[in-house]
This record gives sequence, structure tokens and C-alpha cells, in this order.
Amino acid sequence: MMADAISWVLVLAVAAYACAGGTDYGAGFWDLLAGGAERGERPRWLIDHAMAPVWEANNVWLIFVFIIMWTGFPTMFQAVFGAMWLPLALAAIGLVLRGAGFALRKPTRSLAGRRIYGAVFAVSSLLTPFFFGVVIGGIASGRVAPGATASSDAWANPTSIVAGLLTVAATAYLGAVFLTADARRFGADDLVRYFRFRALCSLAAIVVLAVIGIPVTHHDAEYVWHGLTHGAGLALVILAALAAALTALLLARREYRWCRYTSVAGVALTVAAWGLAQRPYLLPTSLTVAQAAGAAHTLRWLAIVTVIAVVLVGPALVLLYRLDTLGDLEPLTDSDTRGAQAPGDNP
Amino acid sequence: MHSTTLLLANTPPQTLPARELMAFTLGSHILLVPFGVALPFITLLMHHRGLRKGDVVALKLARRWSAVMAVQFAIGIVTGTVLSFEFGLLWPRMMGRWGDVFGLGFGVEAWAFFLEAVLIAIYLYGWRRLRPWTHFWLGTPLPLAALLGAFGIIAANSWMNTPQGFTLDAQGNPVDVTVRQAIFTPIFGPQYWHFAVAMFLTAGYVVAGVYAVGWLRGRRDRYHRLGFTVPFTVAAILTPVQFFLGDNLARQVFHKQPVKFAAAEIVWNTDTHVPEYLFGRLNEDGTISGGIKIPQLDSILAGFKPSTQVTGLTSVAADDRPTATQATIVHWAFDIMATIGSLLILLALWYAWCWWRRRDLPRSRWFFRCAAVAGAASLLTVECGWITTEVGRQPWIVYFNMRVSDAVTATRVSSLWTMFGIVVAVYVLIFGAFLAVLLKMRTRWRIADESPAGQAGALGPEAGTPYGPREGTMATTGAAPDPGTPQSPGGAS
Repeated sequence: MMADAISWVLVLAVAAYACAGGTDYGAGFWDLLAGGAERGERPRWLIDHAMAPVWEANNVWLIFVFIIMWTGFPTMFQAVFGAMWLPLALAAIGLVLRGAGFALRKPTRSLAGRRIYGAVFAVSSLLTPFFFGVVIGGIASGRVAPGATASSDAWANPTSIVAGLLTVAATAYLGAVFLTADARRFGADDLVRYFRFRALCSLAAIVVLAVIGIPVTHHDAEYVWHGLTHGAGLALVILAALAAALTALLLARREYRWCRYTSVAGVALTVAAWGLAQRPYLLPTSLTVAQAAGAAHTLRWLAIVTVIAVVLVGPALVLLYRLDTLGDLEPLTDSDTRGAQAPGDNP
Repeated sequence: MHSTTLLLANTPPQTLPARELMAFTLGSHILLVPFGVALPFITLLMHHRGLRKGDVVALKLARRWSAVMAVQFAIGIVTGTVLSFEFGLLWPRMMGRWGDVFGLGFGVEAWAFFLEAVLIAIYLYGWRRLRPWTHFWLGTPLPLAALLGAFGIIAANSWMNTPQGFTLDAQGNPVDVTVRQAIFTPIFGPQYWHFAVAMFLTAGYVVAGVYAVGWLRGRRDRYHRLGFTVPFTVAAILTPVQFFLGDNLARQVFHKQPVKFAAAEIVWNTDTHVPEYLFGRLNEDGTISGGIKIPQLDSILAGFKPSTQVTGLTSVAADDRPTATQATIVHWAFDIMATIGSLLILLALWYAWCWWRRRDLPRSRWFFRCAAVAGAASLLTVECGWITTEVGRQPWIVYFNMRVSDAVTATRVSSLWTMFGIVVAVYVLIFGAFLAVLLKMRTRWRIADESPAGQAGALGPEAGTPYGPREGTMATTGAAPDPGTPQSPGGAS
């Protein structure tokens, strides 16, 4: 009972990271494809401004996912990191490079330096979500089981590849939708068109990948495939598809007010559908929620800590997003810190 | 010698690379922790002074420290995230077996850290548009959130040092977990306060050290004076407090982890009237080479009288205690930490004396030379403290309950060494780039301060209104039509 509740907290945390972190990875994806220093200057300016105040908070969802895993379901944590060692190690390195690249690009003034940090940030923004997707694919296809050791088969398989590509496409989609709304907020009409087009393209890519993925994963990830195509899992999948279709409609009609919410709903519902499809397994089909659950007393406290934290963090998070959407959050510039041009700086 | 060979034969080959990787990543991350925990506090102090007295120089310092914090916090976040990956990548069996016993501390830490990340974003990006006092007050929960985060981490670490809050069943698995006991373990209180004060003290000395260097180079304006005084005062007040807390922690270790204490003081056989060795090296056969021997002192420090019995390393089997080399490492780390701590007390007294007599900074250049070194020295003590607690616990990852070699991952050794190589290269590049960026920021600020325009700017028309939106922000980021006027979302479309 309590274990089930905690497992849903885990699903929610994964969904939150997929949406919040995914948006930032997507921004990095578009940074990668923005072209040369001159052509890509405007999109990169927007990406910088939109991401800077929120990416660190968004990243914390991942840490929270890990903590729920090792506190609530220790054996599952052990199994996942045992079987998926390599993609997770690569994701960790990608995460470091992405954050450092982004943080160091901003205060760097020389063009060469900005190029290097920008490239590091952008490439790792593409690779990191791919590896996370690979891990999810490995779990969904039953390749992660207690006692399984790290092997290439665990992550180099059809379901993992499809899930990895889908994750990248989903981050690109979220990133583009949010950047469209951000461009609108900053009054940059050319960028609204720019990112709107990219949002629609990435949605098309998701559809194509899903169509390819359905037959490819049918026998590879049978349990989850069945869960996603029947009953409550199917209902959530349909809702997610509707949310995505609604986003496309809003974008096509240039209604930017709600498209962020519908895009987030689409991704979150997909994660929830995956969670539902796995029931009652945490690792299909080798470890159930009840088998993996940690000590009952700890789970109760984990729930209490979560509730207290939601009360504490929730309002702060709402304030952050609210201030960010109102345009009240701006980085300090040289005029604020009274800095001057140093030799070798590009303006 | 035979026992060492036997020990190596039982230790999986993954242990060495996993241990090196953990030591390297944690040792790098811990250098940023003092600033993550305490730089917001020091900045808020300066900020408050600037707002209350309308002090333009103080506000300039607070704003510049915020710009540094923005970069430092990001690097701290990513290097910290790596550590949470490493629990799974390197020590999956520890988490699999004990995760539900001691993992909750991390839960507290994650949420506290979440709060900190949110509030720091609001603080760092709120300078331009929020109302001055609103902005300040939104920043004030930051030190509390940081202390709460440290609470979670230290709870987990001190549980590894003095594990409790569970019983073992017939298969040796933990059952009957009681969370309160698992969080408030015997060593938790002393370790927490020692750590928390260390963070504030270190951040204070490092920040003050930057301005001490400027002072030595002849930049003796109000900017440098203020930038030195505020953080140095914080650190100087905390130094004697820390001396007391450190001494207390050592005595708690003596009572609760006697073998770790024996390693820190290289005590071989359990005895009374134990001498204290300053530095020196413990040999495999229990003899000690080098070092300064002070008779009776170790017993006196541990129990206030020479007849105090101190447990020696040989009180447990050879494979249950740190090796002679490990003990020597712990001993040196411990002695370096204690030595620097004592020297910092003298520095703080010097400062207090001058302040008490003349209400002014000491005039001697030697004071500022020492103050400039104090920052690096206190970072060194942070490393030493961490080495003392971690190496002193060897060979256990959970003290007397699980060995490091039983917790390590089964992944191929070559993968671990490759990962280690990549991580070292990445970290060297990142920390190098981080330092380069900081130095570049400093250069830009110095050029501005030394140019006539910069000095005019400090007292110019902006002086009265350090807050508020400014024009021309796009000049540095690229051309876009007026980013200053957010459009109402969902307007005419």
C-alpha cells in the first residue's frame, strides 16, 4: 500500500524530470542545430535567457529520482545500476559536461571560448537524454533484473534504441515549444516562427518514431507493450496523443498561451502510461513493487518527508516559474557588476 | 606481511579504481561545498549592509559575489550530481542492502537542495527587477536551506561511521529499521556542527583572502577594505568555535570509533599514559619512525588525565582495521588539520587585538600575507577532515557492518579505470576553465575600477538607484527588440 504510493511518487518524479529537465535538454538540442556563430546568435541568445534561471532547479528532480529509488526500493536501484552501468556512466559524464559548458559559456567573452563551451553544452544535451532513454528501454524490455550484470545487450537492443531516440525527440519537442513561448514573451517574432516550425517538426519526428517503435518493440518488450495497448495504459496513451495533437493545433493556429501546458501534459502522461503498463512490476517481469519495497518504517518517513518538502518547495518553485514567466529574472550584466572589457573579449 | 597478501587476495580488483574515483570526485566537489553552503550567507551580510546604509560599494561587492556564485553554484551542482550517480555506479551493493536504512537523510538533503536551487535562482537573477528589500528577504532562507542540506548529507555520512537503527536477521539483512535512530546516530551531532562551521569559516577565509592579496598589491581603497573585513570577521569569530568543536569531535571519535581514533593518533597497542606523536610514520610492525613524541599527551587529550586508557589498532584483527599506510595518512591529515586550526586561532586573535585596541585592521603586511594564505589553508583542512573521517573508517564502508570490498560494483575493472581517466580529464578541464573564468571576471572588474570612467560610474548618477531595470542589456548578448518589455502571454495572435 505505502510501497505503491511511493512507486507513484517515483513515477511523478521521473515525469517531472522528463518535463523540466527535458525542456532544458531540448534547448541544448536546438543550440546544437542553431548553425554558425552569426546565424545562431539570436536563437542562442534566447536559449541562454530562457534556461539560465531554471536549469539548476530542474536538474534536482534527477537526484530526487535516485533518492526515492535507493531509499524506497534499494534492490531495484542496485539492479538498475548493475545492468545499466555503461549508459548511466555516460549519462553522468554528459550531465557534468552539459552543466559546466552552459555555466561557463555565459561569463566567457571570447568567441573561441564561447564556441568550445557551447559545443560541449550542446553535444552533451543530445547524448545525455539518449542514454537515459536507453536505460528506460532496458528496464521496459525486462533486461534489468536483480543480479543481472552489465552487458552490451542490456542497452544495445531495439527497445533501448527506440526509447533513446524517442527521449531525444521528446526533449527537442518540449524545448522548441517552450522556446516558442519564451520568444513570444521576449517579443522576438522571428524566433517565434523559428521555434514554432521546429516544435512541429519534432512532433512529427516523435510520431514517426512511435510508428516505427510499435512493431519493433512488440516482442522485445512484450509486457510493457501489452500494458500500453490495453486498458488504463492505453487510455493514458490516447490522452497523451490528444495532448500532443492539441499542442500541434495550438501551434498551427498561433495560440501560444496554453501550448506549454499541453506539451508538458503529453510527456507526463506518457511517463504515467509507462508506469501504469509496468504494474505490478518495478522491473518487468522480475521484481514487483512489493518485492522491492524497503523497510515499512522508512517508506512511511519517506512519504512524510515528501509531503513536508512539497509544502516547502512547492511555493518556492511556483514563485520561481512565475517570476521567470513575468520576465522578472535577468542575469547580472557588466553594467550591474561594473565590469569592463578585458583584452581579448569579443563584445 | 602475510596478512596484507591475504587481504589483497580477498579484495576484488574493482575496489581500487572505485575507491580512487570516489576519492577524486568527492575531493574535488568538497572544495566547492564551502561556497555553496556559506557564500550566500556572506553575500547576504554584505547585501544587507549595502541596503541599510545605502552603501554603494557594499552593493557592488554583493553583486559581484553573486556573479561568482552563479558560476560556482552550477559547477557545484554538476559535480554533486555525479556523486549521486556514483552511489549506484560504484557502490550498488551498499545501497541495495542499506539504502532503506540510511537513505532518508539524502531525501531531506534533496528537498533542501531543491529549495536552495530555486531560491538561489531567484536571488541571482532578481538583482535587476525585484524591489530591493523584497529581493533581499527572498534570499534570507538560503543559509537555512544550506544548513538543512548539510544536515541530510552529514546524517548519511555519520550513519556510515556509527551505524544504528536496525537489527540484523538470520541472513544478515537489516530489519526493524527505526528512522530516528538511523538519522541521529551517536557521531552525528559533533560531526554536523564541525562540518557546518568549517564551511562558513572556509568560505570566509577564502573570500577575504582574495581582498588580502589586493591589499598587499597596494589597492587599499574602501572596496578592498570592506571586501576583506566582512568575510574575515565571520571567519575570525568562528575560528575559536571551530577549535572547540573539532576538539569535541575528536573526543567523540575516541569514544565511539576507537579504532579510527587509534589510526588518527597512530596508537598501536591499547594502553594508558599514551604519548602524542606530531606527524611521524607508523610501520607495519607497530613501531613509529620520525615525528615529535610528547609523553602522556594523547591520554590527556582523550580523557583529561594521563591514566586514560586509549584503544590501540591491534585491539581488532588486522583485516578489520586500517593498514599502517592508511593509518599514517589519517594521522597526517588529522595533524595538518589541527596545526592549521591552531595557527588560524593566532591569526584571529591578532585581528581581534587590533580591532579591540584601534578599531582598525592590523597594519602589518605579515598579517595580510597570512590572511591571504588562510583561504587556501582552510580548504586544505576541509580535505584533511574528510580524509580523516573516510580513510579512518577503512576497510569498512559501513563501520563494522560492511566492507568497502563487499560494496563495490561487479563492473569490469577496465571500465572503471577508463571512467576514472575520463572523469579526471573532464574535471581538470572544468576546474581549470572555472578558475580561468573567475580570473577573467576579476580582470574585467579591476580594469573598470581603475579606469576614470569606472570610478565615475561608482559615484555617478546610478549611485542612488543601484536597483531597477537598465537599458542596453542586449548590447552584450546580441540584438533583439527590447527584451525589457515582456508581452502579456496570449495577447493578440
